[in-house]
Amino acid sequence: MKLDTAKVLQKRKKQILELWMKNQLVDFSLREDLMSNDELAVQSEELVNVLLQTLDNGNIEDVQSPSFEPLYEVLESISLSRAKQGYSPRETGTFVFSLKDALLTTLQLEIKNDPQQLLEESMKVSRLIDSLGIVTFETFIKGREEVILRQTDEIAEISTPVIRVWDGIVAMPIIGTLDSSRTQVVMENLLQEIVLTSSSIAILDISGVPAVDSLVAQHLIKTVSATRLMGAECIISGIRPEIAQTVVHLGIDLSGIVTKATLASALRYAFSLVQLEVRKSNVK
Amino acid sequence: MDKIPILKIGHFLMVAIQVDLYDRLALNLEADLVQAVSKTGAKGVLIDISSVSIVDSFMGRILGNIAGMSKVLDADTVIVGMQPAVAITLVELGLPLRGVQTALNVEKGMELLQKKIKIIDEEEAFDDDSTLQ
Repeated sequence: MKLDTAKVLQKRKKQILELWMKNQLVDFSLREDLMSNDELAVQSEELVNVLLQTLDNGNIEDVQSPSFEPLYEVLESISLSRAKQGYSPRETGTFVFSLKDALLTTLQLEIKNDPQQLLEESMKVSRLIDSLGIVTFETFIKGREEVILRQTDEIAEISTPVIRVWDGIVAMPIIGTLDSSRTQVVMENLLQEIVLTSSSIAILDISGVPAVDSLVAQHLIKTVSATRLMGAECIISGIRPEIAQTVVHLGIDLSGIVTKATLASALRYAFSLVQLEVRKSNVK
Repeated sequence: MDKIPILKIGHFLMVAIQVDLYDRLALNLEADLVQAVSKTGAKGVLIDISSVSIVDSFMGRILGNIAGMSKVLDADTVIVGMQPAVAITLVELGLPLRGVQTALNVEKGMELLQKKIKIIDEEEAFDDDSTLQ
């Protein structure tokens, strides 16, 4: 007698779901802090529903079949949301693979007297779930990468503010290491702001840069050159003694750049450039 | 054929580049400008590139050339209104245009040139004084 695995599984949906939930609830990787058991049950039921709806004898052996599209979609959305919620890869993997146990146990109960057929059907189901596992992982990693990319963007955005310290003078404190991509952002923001405010002096404060090596220095020199090309003067301030030491030891030539130890002295120099004077008021 | 107009304002020459410079046009501009500097005896050249959005290494070199040639003819070159993207491109191309002065806009460029001229005038006056004594 030929047995229709898909039909059998569809008939036993309730049982599968129960088994799966039981598997998940006893597993040590259950994260009640991230998702309540009720939510987990809803999620699981949704997945089982879609799986059994899309499953038929035609496609059970072909995991690439387009009829699985809705199933993959549900799986991807679950995986993505888990990645964002902070589930570990192991926990996400266990979620899908524990379904395999439930399905296989159900099959075992159904096909009792034909070991050959049980083996064949089990292999099919196993392959299908493996493919689901792979999809889950791909999306999980994609989700994580999205999170990382968003954070990188945010950091780049928030860490490069341009401050108007005076009419015609802008300052930009740089915090964190300067790599090529950040230099690009720094340069663009600074030059954009120079144009907007038509400032003639830009102060680049590097007190927040942990270390200056030849690469970082090169980036700084590039920024200064670009500001000069725009027609503004660029001053680098906030050079700590250690940085001065490394710069000299590495033999980096900063002689073409105006450097000041503190933002205050840079500002004083900037004032002198635009012929401004700061005095104590004599009003009593 | 396209030609970029060269305007004479007082002691200066002014060029506003409003189209994207292709190589031939840039070469013509270079030749015309040097001719004009020598003919008018201008003390300064102001090049406004605020409408230029694309540069390549050739154009960077032409700008450098113009500055160098004008310098030989005793005229200072000021490039004004460079766009951020252009500045970044030139720096990335390794052409920081040394020897070329820059200003944010035409107004500031004029001021810069006028200051230069004033210094030269003062020096000449000083020279005259010293010869009188």
